[in-house]
Amino acid sequence: MEHFNPGAVAAPPTPLLTPARPARKLAHRLGHAFHHFLTTTREIGAFALITLGVAVTKFGVARDVTIPAIYQAQVSSGRKMLPMLLFISAALGLVVVGQTISLLKEFGATAYLGPIMAAVVVRELGPLLTAMLVLARSGTRNVIELGTARALGELEALEALRIDPIHYLVMPRVIGMGLAVFALTIYFILGTMLSGYLFAFVTNVPLRPEEYLHQLVDALSTLDFAILSIKSCLFGIVIAVVTCYHGLARPLRLEDVSQATISAVAQSIIGCVLIDALFIVIYILAR
Amino acid sequence: MDKPTPSHLPVIEMTGLAVGSRENPAAPILEDVQWSVQAGEYWVIGGMHGAGKTELLLLTAGLAAPLRGGYRLFGREMPVRGDEFLTEGLRVGLVFEDGQLFHDLSIEENVALPLRYHRELAQGHMEKSVKTILEWCGLGPQAARLPGRMERAWRKRAGLARALVLQPEVLLLDNPLGGLDPRHAQWWFEALDQLSSGHGCSEGRPLTLVVTTEDLRPWKKHAAHFALLPQNRLRVLGPLAELGPQTDPFVKELLSEPLLQ
Repeated sequence: MEHFNPGAVAAPPTPLLTPARPARKLAHRLGHAFHHFLTTTREIGAFALITLGVAVTKFGVARDVTIPAIYQAQVSSGRKMLPMLLFISAALGLVVVGQTISLLKEFGATAYLGPIMAAVVVRELGPLLTAMLVLARSGTRNVIELGTARALGELEALEALRIDPIHYLVMPRVIGMGLAVFALTIYFILGTMLSGYLFAFVTNVPLRPEEYLHQLVDALSTLDFAILSIKSCLFGIVIAVVTCYHGLARPLRLEDVSQATISAVAQSIIGCVLIDALFIVIYILAR
Repeated sequence: MDKPTPSHLPVIEMTGLAVGSRENPAAPILEDVQWSVQAGEYWVIGGMHGAGKTELLLLTAGLAAPLRGGYRLFGREMPVRGDEFLTEGLRVGLVFEDGQLFHDLSIEENVALPLRYHRELAQGHMEKSVKTILEWCGLGPQAARLPGRMERAWRKRAGLARALVLQPEVLLLDNPLGGLDPRHAQWWFEALDQLSSGHGCSEGRPLTLVVTTEDLRPWKKHAAHFALLPQNRLRVLGPLAELGPQTDPFVKELLSEPLLQ
């Protein structure tokens, strides 16, 4: 006679493909994420092209409205950020230059301070950190402002008044942010270099100001200035396009705005890092 | 100067039109709409919440495309998108239910924005136009306030002022009496009566008015033409004077004694 054994009944049958399932799930998730990435990239690319088209064809239209809007975007993304940016740049100067100098002093190689500063601050950290600060302050505000406006039906109101939302809301932000990131990057680099030298001066490093300046000038080339200008403007443009896209391009409810902001920040960072990588390649090829 | 529509042509003409809903634009909320509006007419369209009133107005204003059927605005086949529609588009004003004002601009800036964008006017002339219309709407003392700090009734009036500032020929109003007390409602009746018969805001020209509402009864003494939105259809009742005895309980209810005198 067979005895009832609850454990045997409850035990699930051993699946033949158990080892393959997690791999399949992972592949499915990766495929889904890749598809999402491609779709979002395509949509943001289309949004950027539309904005470019509007900027080219309608730049002279309604200047009484767009020029003040560009100025306003430039001020809110640029000038109002200056105190915080200078504080961070001073702190970075102390940290980077302080650490570098203390290391170089051990080997008596303070003559390399200029090239190291040029490579670290001018080519990489300056533009990228400035872009991240602008993203944190003005990029997030873009998504929240535009997303809220969209959720409250203000976009329909603009369309009812026959005002192109891309022309009125996006184009000024893109131009203003591009200019703002460029200008802020210059201030950031100057702030970092100045605070770095102050650290060297306070810690009795045998480096006169003219020597420090001379090292920096020798370490930098025209290519550095060209790449710095283009890269920092592009960072601002990418941040503005991605944040405006997330605020405007999709129908949002108020509760969706926070998620849109998170997505916009993540994608802006990815965009800036990819541009930075591209410019490293350009720099290596051009030298 | 905009080309005027010949007087015999309807300004709005819809034939067999299907209107998509806002939540799902591919799903029709109104089907087979047959509707024609002549210049200077004063229409009121009644319908319950979710009957498709806003969708119909958005489509009429050119902000949405019909799913099926034909729509002519000022004799021109729609939909037309982009700048090609600008000439006709500026002849139509749309007043949203909550005003839909731009939250970061003051009331004065909200009303001035369309003028600054579309018309190259001298600053003084523009300020005068904005001031005149704000005072007519009773918004003079509140011109510098932000919309978020005003009551809904005043935001609705600001929405009307913004739509009127470009002097449209056709004015579409989405449930203008929604959530208003009798004093404000009375102001709207008087204001729309003035616009319908010709007012300084429209250079003395009678405006074509299309109003949507959830209650037809208060409008019986004001509008001349009525329509209803029962069961995903637009049912034109026509001029009130020509209405015979109604057998449909829905229509009878909507045309019984007004709640608001």
